[in-house]
Amino acid sequence: MRGAFFRGLMDLAARDDRIYLLVGDLGFGVAEPFLQKFPERFLNVGVAEQNMTGLATGIALTGKIVFTYSIANFPILRCLEQVRNDVCYHKANVKIVSIGGGYSYGALGMSHHATEDLAILRTLPEMTVVAPGDPVEAEAATGAVAGHDGPCYLRLGRAGEAVVHRAQVRFQIGKAIRIREGDAGTLISTGAMLRTTVDVADVLRQRGIALRVLSMHTLKPLDTEAVLAAALETRAIVTIEEHSVSGGLGGAVAECLAESGKLVIPFKRLGIPTGFSAPPGTQEYLRERCGLSPAGILQELEPLLERVQAPSFSTPIA
Amino acid sequence: MTETERARANTPRRSSELLANRLRRRALAMICRAKSSHIGSVFSTIDLLAVLYDKILRVDPSCPQWSNRDRFILSKGHGCAGLYAALAERGFFPQSWLEEFFANGGRLAGHATHWGVPGVEASTGSLGHGLSIASGIALAGKRDKLSYRVFAMLSDGECDEGSTWEAALFAPHHRLDNLVSIIDYNKIQSFGRVDEVLKLDPLAAKWESFGWAVGEIDGHDHGQIEQALQTVPLAEGKPTCIIANTVKGKGVSFMEDQVLWHYRCPDTNEQRLAFAELERS
Repeated sequence: MRGAFFRGLMDLAARDDRIYLLVGDLGFGVAEPFLQKFPERFLNVGVAEQNMTGLATGIALTGKIVFTYSIANFPILRCLEQVRNDVCYHKANVKIVSIGGGYSYGALGMSHHATEDLAILRTLPEMTVVAPGDPVEAEAATGAVAGHDGPCYLRLGRAGEAVVHRAQVRFQIGKAIRIREGDAGTLISTGAMLRTTVDVADVLRQRGIALRVLSMHTLKPLDTEAVLAAALETRAIVTIEEHSVSGGLGGAVAECLAESGKLVIPFKRLGIPTGFSAPPGTQEYLRERCGLSPAGILQELEPLLERVQAPSFSTPIA
Repeated sequence: MTETERARANTPRRSSELLANRLRRRALAMICRAKSSHIGSVFSTIDLLAVLYDKILRVDPSCPQWSNRDRFILSKGHGCAGLYAALAERGFFPQSWLEEFFANGGRLAGHATHWGVPGVEASTGSLGHGLSIASGIALAGKRDKLSYRVFAMLSDGECDEGSTWEAALFAPHHRLDNLVSIIDYNKIQSFGRVDEVLKLDPLAAKWESFGWAVGEIDGHDHGQIEQALQTVPLAEGKPTCIIANTVKGKGVSFMEDQVLWHYRCPDTNEQRLAFAELERS
């Protein structure tokens, strides 16, 4: 997704001279083309995220569109008050980009795991929260947040995420993308869990269980229409996110369902249990530990889909 | 009449001094009406604000968003009563708005707020934010080849914040000589004297060592303030730091140099005494 973001950004910057990029001493090997092509609109501010965010606000207040870029929690939690008071309160046109959503940085450990970011950023007034599902969405999302007037948070994976969309997507902030059709239930994914989510749906489809899959690339504003349609038209809803089960996608969808007042539907949040991941490991390993591998998700889905009288699970899982 | 008062009576008052006196009285009235705090922090900044808004800032109240205007950011947002009063004096909004300070549904919040308030460039209140925002505006000005200057006023307590020093490193590196940091150095922070809480001295040497051109002035001497601010940048290619030695509560004798007046709202008798002193001065 990192490469897709920079492709999108270079394209934007070539067309719009209001685009600035501020990095917090990160971006080695990927940010250089921007620096070389647009040196007047690039700043490496050093290891100083609070200053980076205040600077971005100040630059944006003069009419620019400013991207801040760092990894994991650095551009958001380290400087959360600057994000809230400076960026959000001033409705500054700042786009905060974090590379390494969820467990992308794997064995680098807790400090590099962005596992509460969506929940936290979702509560900030004026903030739009976007977590694209694959590189195609990531590139489109880069343009979409730049075109959106106001603060945005763009949560990306790292590098090498599988492509899910075979063609360009119609990407609209606040509008989920429907990737698979079915009525047995709906899997709603955000961020880089999309590939796994689609794979799980495809396995079940082979077993005769057709699930709807939504890429909920925008957490805020949530596409409540798509959530309620899923509740009305399918028999269960499961949210899947590489993020704490508290307050992120699962929380947002649960709020939407509960407040709808009339919808009662089997519902499950899949994500990271609250608590830190103690042992080191790759992203794949850490996902598996909290049930976010394809097998783990299938295991969680089984009782839920049985409850809604879908065909039983008989085939062993690879 | 004291010697100072006699000397003052014989010297024509500068317009900024007259403005400062009005600002002190207005800010005091606002704080008394609101039953709020921070009068000491406001009074230490008033002479600086008066010179800035009377003599220094190139702003146009009829066009507050003019792109080449000078910017002033009150990073010590708790001192906003003085800023609001100065903006009203300059005609950014009617004086009557000052009555809405702290009021339910009013326009003027208890820390500097830009929402619906022409002339307030940035909302502040949590310390350590203003210099970064100011640096961003200054950097954009350089890159856009505009001639505006950006002034940020910081408290001394604010120099405890790490983020202040992040910005302090940044501005000289990028040669932002259109940026001026004014430190309201009244030597008292929220819970005690700076020297007792967290020493800042040698403060000028710290800013100098970070690459700023530093000037040190008496922050209540209008001649010195005007002279310093008229000559910024003090060095080409460097941001300027003006360390203004001030007295918390300056202008009302019983409020001067006491932490108490960071918090206390004058009672009826104190209000009477304070206004009487200000009217005499």
